[in-house]
Amino acid sequence: MTTDIGKFKHDSPMSGTLRMERMPHIWCPGCGIGSEVNAFAEAIKRSGIDPKKLVVVSGIGCTGRVAGYVDFDSIHTTHGRAIPVATGIKLANPELTVVVFSGEGDLTGIGGNHLIHAARRNMDLVVICNNNFTYGMTGGQVTPTTPHSAIASTTPYGNYEYPFSLPFLVDAAGATYIARWTSMDVRNVTQSIEEALAHKGFSFIEIISPCTTLYLRRNRLGDGVDMLQHYQENTVLKHGCDTRETAIDFQGKIVIGKFVDKVKPTYLEAVDQCCVKLVGDDYQLYGKTIPEREAEEKAEKEKVAARRAAVLAEQTEANE
Amino acid sequence: MKTVPAEPKGVDSGPHFMDGDQAIAEGALAAGCRFFAGYPITPSTETAERFAERAPEVGALFIQMEDELASIAALIGAAWGGRKAMTVTCGPGFSLMVENIGLAAMTETPLVIANVQRGGPSTGLPTLTAQQDMMQARYGSHGDYAIIALSPDSPQECFDITVEAFNLSEFYRVPVIILTDETVGHMHEKVVIPPAEQIQVVPRNNYSGPKEDFRPYKFDCQGGHPMARAGDGYNFHITGLTHDERGYPVMTAEQSKIVVTHLMEKIHGNADKIIRLDEDQIDGADVVVVSYGITSRIAIKAIQDARKEGIKVGSLRLITIWPFCEKRIRELAPKIKAFVVPEINYGQMVLEVERCAGGKCETISVNHCGGAVHDPEVILAAIRKANQ
Repeated sequence: MTTDIGKFKHDSPMSGTLRMERMPHIWCPGCGIGSEVNAFAEAIKRSGIDPKKLVVVSGIGCTGRVAGYVDFDSIHTTHGRAIPVATGIKLANPELTVVVFSGEGDLTGIGGNHLIHAARRNMDLVVICNNNFTYGMTGGQVTPTTPHSAIASTTPYGNYEYPFSLPFLVDAAGATYIARWTSMDVRNVTQSIEEALAHKGFSFIEIISPCTTLYLRRNRLGDGVDMLQHYQENTVLKHGCDTRETAIDFQGKIVIGKFVDKVKPTYLEAVDQCCVKLVGDDYQLYGKTIPEREAEEKAEKEKVAARRAAVLAEQTEANE
Repeated sequence: MKTVPAEPKGVDSGPHFMDGDQAIAEGALAAGCRFFAGYPITPSTETAERFAERAPEVGALFIQMEDELASIAALIGAAWGGRKAMTVTCGPGFSLMVENIGLAAMTETPLVIANVQRGGPSTGLPTLTAQQDMMQARYGSHGDYAIIALSPDSPQECFDITVEAFNLSEFYRVPVIILTDETVGHMHEKVVIPPAEQIQVVPRNNYSGPKEDFRPYKFDCQGGHPMARAGDGYNFHITGLTHDERGYPVMTAEQSKIVVTHLMEKIHGNADKIIRLDEDQIDGADVVVVSYGITSRIAIKAIQDARKEGIKVGSLRLITIWPFCEKRIRELAPKIKAFVVPEINYGQMVLEVERCAGGKCETISVNHCGGAVHDPEVILAAIRKANQ
């Protein structure tokens, strides 16, 4: 039996969220990024947000290619600079929902400074960080999250550095929504992305994911299925966990869950508060007063809620 | 280039007494710039401070980013978010920006960067003047690409050139660099900001046709191609990878030829339309002084003194630095004895003058290692030597 690729692409449930004309993607069999992108696409659908008003920004690396496959406005930036590019978009047009989807080397290594400062400002962005403990695109080098003692191509005798614990890092920096899952936890990832899209402020979702070709092979940890087994046996669900207790040791326990979900003025809300005091009620950003922008936001929220209700009803019906 | 009158809200019309850095901020607001991302660095901070102060009343947004890497990245985002955007810096900060100047050139993103030059290399002379980043502005990022660079010689021209920088940037969808210097940046002079209706600005050219026909790029070696604004429903994709007209990666030698040729020729093929020069008594001159920025004002004294001595000396002031005025230099070279090129660097633009003169006349460099302007006597001595 042969598959009609064109028909397959057209009929795919992902058509409309992914650029099917760009398939097949570059990711390896067993890699977690594919599941994450699926969860992301599903979350977008369920969220009810207008896909026209969504922008996806990626950096460089395997996860950096996500922006190239999603059928939204999308920017594939330079290495490490996805967050400041996303910041520029969000501030240029506050009605957009801006998602950064990138890897841990990109976001916490070369781009680490931008990560903590966007969190500090409570910039209204959703940052999805695929953490596979390795620079995959360049051949499996050590990253800022590679567990101590793990082998990488640039730590052939074991990693003598100590890794970041990303939830702790962004919590200390000021992020207002923080969750961690593995790429196996597809439903939780989907739900977290939905929550983050609705959250006002800096959201950070870390997804622990297997790099089958490099990290697993080099550390003799089996294949993708073995790693999913490992996740199943070694993840510990702890919602609200103190982020100081989320460190990951080599092949050790992985604390997962939603750790932080709090309300704090976003960067733009803080700008508005300051400027309205200065200029008065006539204060406008890009020609719109605060009440005008709030009214637009409220109207859009109602549309989002209606779309979300329709999608959920449709899904419930399909399940029954 | 299609222009419209400036939006009055950003135009603080009337006579002012301000420095060059501040005039850049006013020029940006007049040109319709509503997004500024920057990082403090001497001697450029007055531009950022002025913009930050004026932003709330104009309805613009100012953000101080964590570094220059973030500043230029935020401009790229803001440009695709639909705003005219700028930043200001000087040498060390510009060095940090060059990677994303390449991304902006590659993705054909309009933005404006002012480089208020100070003495280098490295931390060098933070508070003292120089013109040492002329080549970096052109060649700083890796790979082949072209940009436009302009150099003002006064606070008034800082205002005028900033408006022009935005107009060129919008039309050619290219980073435009304002190459000023500490002296012009910190010099206070009268600046007259015209009424809004007298300031012509190029509005953002947003695509509004059918979605299926939308292409973020057109590799026709011309400017004027519209871009999409995030949120307008065209689902654009842009990447720093070599790409096709849809913006999708196509990493082949054949595609690279198409893209790189377009990026280069879009600017160099339109050099005649872009370049502005300020010429004085060039016809019949034996010696032509080629200068720019603050050095052109120092050169005036030397030129006047030389003329008193009976030397036929003309002045060619570069307002447009890049693309370089190759054609004009080639025209003049066979007609004169020598070009004299004073600049506050070890000899940068003189290389371009010498290349284009092609041995048809002498080219004399009057270099300076930075930290001060030239003594006009030194330039005068070079003019005398050139006339021998």
